Amino acid sequence: MTTAIRIDGISKMFRLYRERPTSLKQRLLVSRSRSEEFWALRDITFDIAEGSSMGLIGHNGSGKTTLLKCIAGILRPTAGTIRYHGRLAALLELGAGFHPDLTGRENVYLNASFLGLSRRETDRIFDDVVAFAELEDFMDNQVKFYSSGMLVRLGFAVAVHVDPEVLLIDEVLAVGDESFQRRCLDRIRRFQADGRTIVLVTHALDVVRDVCDEAVMLDHGTMHAIGTPDDVVRTMRHRMLSDDPTFVPEQGSREVEISGVAIESEGGFRDTVRPGEGLTITVDLRADVPVTDAAVSFAIVSGSTNHPVLEGKTSELGVSLGPVDRKKRVRFRIPPAPWVSGTYFVTVGLDSADGRLFHVQTQHYPLTVPDVDHAVHALAARPTVEIEDL
Amino acid sequence: MLVNLIRKELKVKYTASVLGAVWSLLNPVVFLAVFSFVAAVFRNRVPDFPVFLLSGLLAWNFFANTMQGGASSVIDNANLVKKMAFPREILPLSSVGVALFDFGLQSAVFLVFIGVSGHGFHLPELWLLPLVLVVTIVFATALTLWTAALNVRYRDVGHLLNLALLVWFWATPIVYQGWLVQDKLESIRILGFDAWVLYLLNPVAVIVLGFQRALYGVVVPAAGEDPVLPLISLSGQAGMLLALLGVSVLLLFLAWRSFFHRSGDFAEEL
Repeated sequence: MTTAIRIDGISKMFRLYRERPTSLKQRLLVSRSRSEEFWALRDITFDIAEGSSMGLIGHNGSGKTTLLKCIAGILRPTAGTIRYHGRLAALLELGAGFHPDLTGRENVYLNASFLGLSRRETDRIFDDVVAFAELEDFMDNQVKFYSSGMLVRLGFAVAVHVDPEVLLIDEVLAVGDESFQRRCLDRIRRFQADGRTIVLVTHALDVVRDVCDEAVMLDHGTMHAIGTPDDVVRTMRHRMLSDDPTFVPEQGSREVEISGVAIESEGGFRDTVRPGEGLTITVDLRADVPVTDAAVSFAIVSGSTNHPVLEGKTSELGVSLGPVDRKKRVRFRIPPAPWVSGTYFVTVGLDSADGRLFHVQTQHYPLTVPDVDHAVHALAARPTVEIEDL
Repeated sequence: MLVNLIRKELKVKYTASVLGAVWSLLNPVVFLAVFSFVAAVFRNRVPDFPVFLLSGLLAWNFFANTMQGGASSVIDNANLVKKMAFPREILPLSSVGVALFDFGLQSAVFLVFIGVSGHGFHLPELWLLPLVLVVTIVFATALTLWTAALNVRYRDVGHLLNLALLVWFWATPIVYQGWLVQDKLESIRILGFDAWVLYLLNPVAVIVLGFQRALYGVVVPAAGEDPVLPLISLSGQAGMLLALLGVSVLLLFLAWRSFFHRSGDFAEEL
C-alpha cells in the first residue's frame, strides 16, 4: 500500500503575546521576551495510506485542527515536513472561502477556482453541485442570506465535486440535517470505494468508528494513540473520564453495597449484546446492617456521546426491594431492543428512598454492541425486575 | 484564480451600489471640477487644463488605488487566508487588477475625450504610453506586495500609507506644472546635488511626467508663453522610464521574495 500523506516530525509553535505588538511603536519598545511559546503540536509522525480514512480525535485544544491546517497548507509547520500528492480539498469551517456579498453561483465558481478548477471544469460540475446541495432555488441569492445548513451543504458539495484525491474534513458535518448527513456519509463511502484518502477531525467518536480505517488521538499536541478506531476511541474514552473532575468512579456510604454485577445477553454472551437482542443486568447486594428502603438503579451510557440511552430504577419500575439484610440479587431484564453498535458503559447505583447514597459505580461496566450501524437513539424498552433472597 | 478573484472584488465593490462602475468615472470628474476651480482662483493658466490634469491624475489614481487596496488585501480576505490554501500573492495582485480595471475604464473615456476635445494626440510622444504603463504596473505591484505583507503584522502600515500618499500626491507634479518645479529647483543645489534631479528621484513623478508627455504631448503649448511640462528631451524621458523600469523589476523581485517569505505566517497572524 502506498502512502498518500506522509507526516514527518511535525511541530507547530505559536507565539502567545500577552499584549501582541501589532504596531511598529510597540515592536520597537517591547522586547520579544514578553511572548510565550506555545507548542500546539510536537513531533507528530505518521503516514496515511492511500485510499484509507484517518480519524483525528482529541480534546478541545489537543491540536487536531492545527494538524489539519498544516496538512492543508494553511499553516506552516515550525518543524517537520508534510508530503502528499494530488488535489487536496479541505472543509475547515462553515462557509469557509465564501464571500457573503456574492451569490451562491459566484461563490461556487470562486471556491472551485481556489481548489484549482478552471472555469470550464466548474461549468461541468456546477449542476451536480447544486443538485447535491439542494439549493436549486437559491443559487442567485447572496450567500449572506443563507442559513448555516445551506452554507455547509454548498461547501461540502463543492469540496466533494472538485474531485480531490485527498479530502480533509473538520467537524463541519455536524451542522446539516439528518438526511444531509446521511448523504454526506454516503458520499464519503463512495470516496472510499474510489480509493481516495480522507482525513476526518471530529468529536463524534461514533463517526470515527463507523467511517475510518485508522485513528490517531492527539493529547496536548502529542500523539497519544494510533491504531484501529476501536482501540483509539477506547483510549480516548478513558482519558475523557479520567479528565472529568466531576467523574468519581465509586462512592457512597456502603451501608449496603454492590458486591457484583453481571451483564449477559439473551444469547448468553457476557458484556455483549447484539441489535435486537434482550439483555439481563444482574446486581448482587450485600448489607452489613439491615436496610429497608434501598432501591437499585442502572444507566446504560453511550460511549461516544456520553448520553444515557436507557435508565431504570427498581422503585420507578414499581418494584420494592423489601428489607435487605445480608445478600440479595436484583435482575433487570431488558427486552429485545434495536441496539446501535458501539461501546456503552453501565452505571449501577444503590440509594435509599430519602436520597441517601449507599453505593454507586459510575460507568464501571462496559457493554459492547457489535455490528455497524449509525446514530444513537434512546431505546423504548421497559425493563422488568426480579428479586430473590439468597 | 486571479481573474476570478478580481471579478469577485469588482462585484463586491459595485454590487450593492446603484451606479456601480459609474462611481469609478465620477471620481476623476469631481477632481477635475475641484482643481479647475482652484487653478482658476490662483490664475494658473494651463491650456487644455482638463487634459493636463487628467493625464497625470488617472495614473496617480491607479497607483494610489493599487497601494490602498493592496495594503488591506490580505487583511480583508482574512477568512479566505485562514481557511483555504492558495498562493497568497494573488490577493495583492488582484488589487492591482481591480485598480487596473478602473484605470482602463477611466482611460477609455479620457482617450475619447482627448480626441473629441480638439486637443488631439501627439505622435512621437504617444509612443511613451506603453512604456510608462508597464513601468507603472511593475512599480505599483512591487510596492503593494511589500505593504500587503507588512500590513499583516504591523497595522501601522495602513495608516502610514494614507499619510504617505497625501504627501506623495503633492510631491508629484499632477495639479501643478512640472516646469514650475524645474524652473525653481534647477538653480538650487542640496548637498552638492541638483535639487531638480533629487525631485526626479520620486518614481511617481517620473511616471506622471511620462503620462503627461505621452498624452498632453506638448511641452510649450502656446508660443511665447511659459512651458507646462519640464524641458526634458523625449529620449531623456524614455531613458528615465527605462531606468525606473530596471529598478522596479529589481524591486518586484525582492518584494516577491519577501512576500513569499512572510506569507507562510499570514494564517496565524490574522
